[in-house]
Amino acid sequence: MQLTNRAKKLEKKPMTLAERAYLPAIFQGLSITMRHFFMKKATVRYPEEVRPFSPIFRGLHVLKRDEQGRERCTACGLCAVACPAEAITMVAGERKKGEEGLYREEKYAISYEINMLRCIFCGLCEEACPKAAVYLQADKMAPPRFERDEFIYGKDRLVEPVSPDERSVRGIQLTPEQADTLRGKLQQA
Amino acid sequence: MLELPALGWQSIVIFVVFALSLLIATYCTYAERVIAAFLQDRVGPDRAGPYGLLQPLADAVKMFTKEEFFPGGANKALFVFGPCLAMITALMSSAVIPFGNNMSFGNNAFFLQGIEVNIGMLWIFGVVSLGVYGVMIGGWASNNKFSLLGAVRAASQNISYELAMGMALIAVLMISGTLSLREITLQQSVAGEWHTWNIVKQPLGFIIFLVCAFAETNRTPFDLPECETELVGGYHTEYSSMKLGLYLFSEYVNIFVVSAVMSVLYFGGFNFPFQYEMRDWLVSNHDWTLASAQNLITILGTVGLFLKIFAFIFFFMWVRWTLPRFRYDQLMRLGWTILIPLAVFNILLTGGLILFGVIQ
Repeated sequence: MQLTNRAKKLEKKPMTLAERAYLPAIFQGLSITMRHFFMKKATVRYPEEVRPFSPIFRGLHVLKRDEQGRERCTACGLCAVACPAEAITMVAGERKKGEEGLYREEKYAISYEINMLRCIFCGLCEEACPKAAVYLQADKMAPPRFERDEFIYGKDRLVEPVSPDERSVRGIQLTPEQADTLRGKLQQA
Repeated sequence: MLELPALGWQSIVIFVVFALSLLIATYCTYAERVIAAFLQDRVGPDRAGPYGLLQPLADAVKMFTKEEFFPGGANKALFVFGPCLAMITALMSSAVIPFGNNMSFGNNAFFLQGIEVNIGMLWIFGVVSLGVYGVMIGGWASNNKFSLLGAVRAASQNISYELAMGMALIAVLMISGTLSLREITLQQSVAGEWHTWNIVKQPLGFIIFLVCAFAETNRTPFDLPECETELVGGYHTEYSSMKLGLYLFSEYVNIFVVSAVMSVLYFGGFNFPFQYEMRDWLVSNHDWTLASAQNLITILGTVGLFLKIFAFIFFFMWVRWTLPRFRYDQLMRLGWTILIPLAVFNILLTGGLILFGVIQ
């Protein structure tokens, strides 16, 4: 019974002698693999050699400091509102006397957490931020971890290190004394 | 009182041959991975040591530290003996391969060969065919019906290809008239010529031997014994840690031995073109003594033989990462209905050619 006229009639030709002998096909295959032996490798040796990111890549978040080393974030919560995945939570606090070197505005984030398991790296937080505090880095991915709680990134891992010299893996939370010495360094420069 | 054999030159050679077979087989595992990677546009192992050269060591550490597992109700002694037998037979057959001509230092002369016997070919065949027992015992001692079936399949494959292999060899033996591998090698060198290698006289025999060698060493496209673990029920399904390692390792020793046998039988062994001319030239033009010139030729010949062996090993791996494996019935049909009749035809052909004096 023919349902459509799209059926294709298969034609089974008898194999030629060369096809039946099997050997020409083997040599053809061998030549193909031998060509691949000398080809350029498609692999990237990952830890030593990082693949270039696309120019529009959005990676791991960073909370920026201003030019005097103070945190820019004022805990306004706009990023959390803008976040479609609801990955950002924060607690706002009031700046005390003597902490002017640490936070730029009177209000600051006591805690600021991003859940990297929920984050979809859309960049809406970056667009929403009025203080230009949160950025998604273009050259860094959120690293893999073994435990779920390690994906909750707090301020210790989000806030930008003070200077390239003092950069650390975990980030730095400045004490008032450290802030003073830093300010001294910055004034000299 | 037990009398230990005197430690002479020849015992050192035996030790070196033994160590070399093991070392080359070890690095075959590395070479396999690198070649596989290159054929697939990858880089391959490069973490352990420079260019990943310590990878075999890392593999060995892994194999040794894995859990020893014995299936319930298995015959423990035989279960351990299976892989040992596979390894022993693979290593034993390397003893008679002539890796070089004789060397002489003063009055000391020795062969670069484990043991020089005039039944070398028979020895290799006898020992290699014992390797089937390693597979059979391993499959039987696993106390697993699927393993036993896998072992039977593997054994029947090995035996059916051994037949064709032996018949292909008979043609070579008809030409050479001797079973000694050293004699066969030396017959393939005539001063002033290089095309006396047996490959010229026995092209068909060589192809049969090559195909059978692939099947004998359980390499792709005949690696059904190995693939059967993927299909659940190969002879080494129940094996773990170093016992499995021995099975896999003995496969590489086998490849080395078979490559060496092919180089010796068909590609002139340690001979290389114009070796006699080179020796005479050194003696007459550069005041070398005959013995030292001969030693140099021997060393070069050994290097040449190893190049031939490595080329064959490379070929084995090249084929492995090119061809898909046969189905079991295809494998049996190729062995019994194509290779064996071809081998018989080759024997008749060789006999005819010898009878009419075309080759001698």
